[in-house]
Amino acid sequence: MSEIRLQIDGKDVTTREGMTILEAAQGAGISIPTLCYHEKLEPYGGCRICIVEVEVRGWTKLVVSCVYLVEENLVVRTRSEKIDRIRKTLLELLLAHAPDSSQLQDLATEYGADKDRFEKEASFCIHCGLCVRYCAEVKKKNAVGFVDRGIRKEISFIPEIASKECNDCKECFPLCPTSYLQAAFVLIDALAFPSPSSESAS
Amino acid sequence: MRVIPGHALLEGNPHSILEGLIIGGYAIGSCEGYIYVRQEYPLAVENITLAIEQAEKYGFLGKDILGSGFDFKVIVHRGAGAFVCGESTALMTALEGRVGEPRPKYIHSNIRGLWNRPSVLNNVETWANVPLIINKGADWFTQFGTEGSKGTKIFSLVGKITNTGLVEVPMGITLKDIIYEIGGGIPGGKRFKAVQTGGPSGGCIPEELLDLEVDFDELTKAGSMMGSGGMIVMDEDTCMVDVARYFINFLTDESCGKCLPCREGLRQMDKILTNITEGKGKEGDIELLEELSETAIEASLCALGKSAPNPFLSTLRYFRDEYEAHIKEKRCPALFCKELISYYIDPAKCEACMICIKKCPVEAIDGGKKKIHIIDQEKCTNCGTCFEVCPSRFSAVIKISGEPVPSPIPEEERMIIKKSKEK
Repeated sequence: MSEIRLQIDGKDVTTREGMTILEAAQGAGISIPTLCYHEKLEPYGGCRICIVEVEVRGWTKLVVSCVYLVEENLVVRTRSEKIDRIRKTLLELLLAHAPDSSQLQDLATEYGADKDRFEKEASFCIHCGLCVRYCAEVKKKNAVGFVDRGIRKEISFIPEIASKECNDCKECFPLCPTSYLQAAFVLIDALAFPSPSSESAS
Repeated sequence: MRVIPGHALLEGNPHSILEGLIIGGYAIGSCEGYIYVRQEYPLAVENITLAIEQAEKYGFLGKDILGSGFDFKVIVHRGAGAFVCGESTALMTALEGRVGEPRPKYIHSNIRGLWNRPSVLNNVETWANVPLIINKGADWFTQFGTEGSKGTKIFSLVGKITNTGLVEVPMGITLKDIIYEIGGGIPGGKRFKAVQTGGPSGGCIPEELLDLEVDFDELTKAGSMMGSGGMIVMDEDTCMVDVARYFINFLTDESCGKCLPCREGLRQMDKILTNITEGKGKEGDIELLEELSETAIEASLCALGKSAPNPFLSTLRYFRDEYEAHIKEKRCPALFCKELISYYIDPAKCEACMICIKKCPVEAIDGGKKKIHIIDQEKCTNCGTCFEVCPSRFSAVIKISGEPVPSPIPEEERMIIKKSKEK
């Protein structure tokens, strides 16, 4: 793997070929906000909050840093008026669903996002896919997945797998940026696997 | 009603596509080709499958084609009906048997595509051009078209137009020629308003741009696109805000939901546009829609999200006054948006024929034989039946928007006999 030299926010950064801008920035102590990124998981590029500006061969464009691979002499800017405006709008869109998420609230303060800009539609899940991907890629169990498409898409535990795997694992719970995942599990747990005591009571 | 040019080729001339695909496979050294066709077009599936069987029988497909040592097989993949699978990487993910969602990486499919192998992905219309170009030469092909867009293009001409159907025209033909010379103009003596091109995420082009020479660059410059080759002609009765709402709503439904700016941005755009068409638009809605558009264009993962704001942006660009009328005056200039119009019977024109009274589904019309009819605005549900059934020689029912409905005439003036006696 050959070395790649690039510039992030005016700082010269040296990294290896095949790294993403986000990884290069993190290595150099430059912070870029993320919601769907996890170091153990394949880049997903879903939340788009890690969007940055790159200058490549005289062209300036916006790219998502968790999936864009570093190139020699790349010039990266992690903040600009436009980047901040886009991040602010993205956060406001998410806050309509999960206004109480502390991770979102912290970012909202940083980017001046108004949590009441869009009509509240408390679905809690922000579709970062961390639980789904962690269970599939790290645990290789696929106990939780996405169902349906677009604005109707939601996470769901698969009863047959969850009943065997989840009780002793629950490693996905702390990954969730909102409280939804745990609630979803508790719900399916209660509905699909009634405890012996509740069965005898009914 | 909608006919996609690609499916017409699969149905009508599948061998042209197969031949192009085989030549393409030979050129890049591939031994497999895939045709993605939507399950909803059974005739396209049937005919391309039949064509493959015929080609195999003649030795144009399969092992050692015509003794050349080149092997090639073609597989037909029936899509489950997701619009997003028109996006190249989502299409390849679907071919691999997974959920049709676009890939996040900035890697071209000719480097890593289907099954992570270098792949060439083209529209069937492009493949069908290949044998023609090989046989007749590049000079023959490039004699048609413009500087940036060569050859011909098939459009699906639909909407408020006399001749509907598929038309194949040279690139660079004007919109006016397509709509008036080929399409035969607008029926019913109505006035042309706009033409929507490129499919749901295309844009609307207004009357003042009818001289536009249709090619990839010109359509993009006008805020629309070539896209699927769809052309929907709209007349003066079309509300452009409602058109934007309709297409954004479609795209919201078709968003795969993977990335935030498309999934959530479109959800909000759909809500705001619906509010505007229902008379609930607010000051600042246009600016908010513009901001959501910028976010979708700049930050979306794939072309669906990046192009999705086009229906809004193009209608705002050419018909801003209609947005402002809806928001500020609660008026729909095209008299289309149900929540913003009222039906009113002009007492000077009403001949008290009773037709509308009999047809009104909510019994909102008062009157009788020779007694001028009056719509009870409280009961009326704006279904438009009275407007439709009022004989055209009377045309007494009118639509009113943005202004109060005149108060009903006094009871004593409602008898028609009395009126004619006075004359």
